[in-house]
Amino acid sequence: MTRIELKNANKSYGTRQVLANINLAVQEGEFVSIVGASGSGKTTLLKMAAGMIQPDSGAALSNGEALNGFPHRASIVFQNYSLLPWLSSLENVILAVESGFPEWTATRHQEQAERYLQMVGLGKAMAKRPSQLSGGMRQRVAIARAFAVEPEILFLDEPFGALDALTRQTLQQELAQLCQLRKPAATALMITNSVDEAILLSDRILTLGRNGNRGESPAATLSDGVDVPFPRPRPADLMTGSEDAVRIRARLTGFLSSGVRRRAPVSHLQSVSVPLEA
Amino acid sequence: MNLLKNFALSLVGATLVVGLWALVSTTISKDLPSPIKTWTESKVYILQPFDKRGEMDQGILRMAAYSLYRVAKGFLLAILIGTPLGFLLGNSLLLSKMFDPVIQILRPISPLAWLPLGLILFRQSEPAALFTIALCSMWPTVINTMQGVRSIPQDYLNVATVLRLSPWRRFTKVLLPATLPYMFTGYRLSLGLAWLVIVAAEMLTGTPGVGGFLWQEYNSLIYSHILLCILTIGLVGFALDRLMGIAETRLRAA
Repeated sequence: MTRIELKNANKSYGTRQVLANINLAVQEGEFVSIVGASGSGKTTLLKMAAGMIQPDSGAALSNGEALNGFPHRASIVFQNYSLLPWLSSLENVILAVESGFPEWTATRHQEQAERYLQMVGLGKAMAKRPSQLSGGMRQRVAIARAFAVEPEILFLDEPFGALDALTRQTLQQELAQLCQLRKPAATALMITNSVDEAILLSDRILTLGRNGNRGESPAATLSDGVDVPFPRPRPADLMTGSEDAVRIRARLTGFLSSGVRRRAPVSHLQSVSVPLEA
Repeated sequence: MNLLKNFALSLVGATLVVGLWALVSTTISKDLPSPIKTWTESKVYILQPFDKRGEMDQGILRMAAYSLYRVAKGFLLAILIGTPLGFLLGNSLLLSKMFDPVIQILRPISPLAWLPLGLILFRQSEPAALFTIALCSMWPTVINTMQGVRSIPQDYLNVATVLRLSPWRRFTKVLLPATLPYMFTGYRLSLGLAWLVIVAAEMLTGTPGVGGFLWQEYNSLIYSHILLCILTIGLVGFALDRLMGIAETRLRAA
């Protein structure tokens, strides 16, 4: 079943067209990543797929039905954590659990929230407020909040973008494990600016850029996908240990820079070069 | 140590002002009671602060309590009307465009102008005083609440959206806590204004309280008691602002 789907979706802000003719289909259990430079419209695409904004034309669907707002049994992890600062980490997660399982008792809500916070290693920081936590810990809370509702669909909006390289690596592994926890696995759509991150986590990777089949169009379009054939979860040293992974990276990086090279001066290239941590 | 130093400095400042007062009372204006004369004539009000000798002859704290009670009622009325109004205007661009000019015009109107209108409307001094206090002091609450609602970060609203919160839960779990610090800033300013208005309201209506007492003693030519009232008004206002300030800091830290 197609859990996340965009059909011929277009989006403009004012007179500037941001996304043109986006077609995307994520099947049940699949983990798909979209890689693109900052400003390419990734977040807009994700919000459209998640029903948070409407496409100007075309459609956003889930299970073949048009989306009406953010779907049920879905979660999202934002880049900037988006925790409510007046609630403790536990209360932040409970708020989500309450909304996901309104029929449960308060005790069960709390147990569920505690269980997921423990899973991300925050058993001792449950009473702390977000301001008392480091960036990595905050994102752990956000991840616990996302998984505690046992989502069928998971949206990840540059989930590790604000973290340092080391924390990023740890959290990527934790996320990969959490994704495997549930059977059947959650369907996930992640956007990121890191090719390596995408290769580490996804089954299929698409690139978003102002290149490819539309040629001169200033709006970003989606490339065809590149499959990542390794079994999940994958080791953190995938990029140094596998020649196939390196080849996939080269191909994706090629996709990403070809459009830019045609359209922008060389100095611009650096801002879209892909980080090579991990 | 720093606290002690600051306290000493403010003592020095106060002493200088009292000195200036003494100087003016002995040189420029002989009608102005000197600090010492003020003390000797007022000490019965200060040393027996809760005594009641007559309707308009009561200890100063008792008078202040009457005023505070009246302010509390007016202030409560102001925030009960002002807070929902602020939320409404903050949430709706249409409403705020409709009413913003009206508010900007009503805001600078003096309590002395509202009070006669209140007397016409209610025919009694007490409700007229409350009407005046509420009408004059609610604007900071309205404006700050409105501002608070408008400056809720999009992130928090996104959380409400993706958790599919019902309108009521969205209000209690996200909008209200996010706006609370702004609301409290409004409350603090409103309370300051309410206290400012009380004197005018009591003077015109002649009700017992610090302002009523002040006006009566002016008519009885006991000028030292005017100074006593002025000092009391200042000190109580200061204390109120400090209390609200403490509450506000607690809220922001939370």
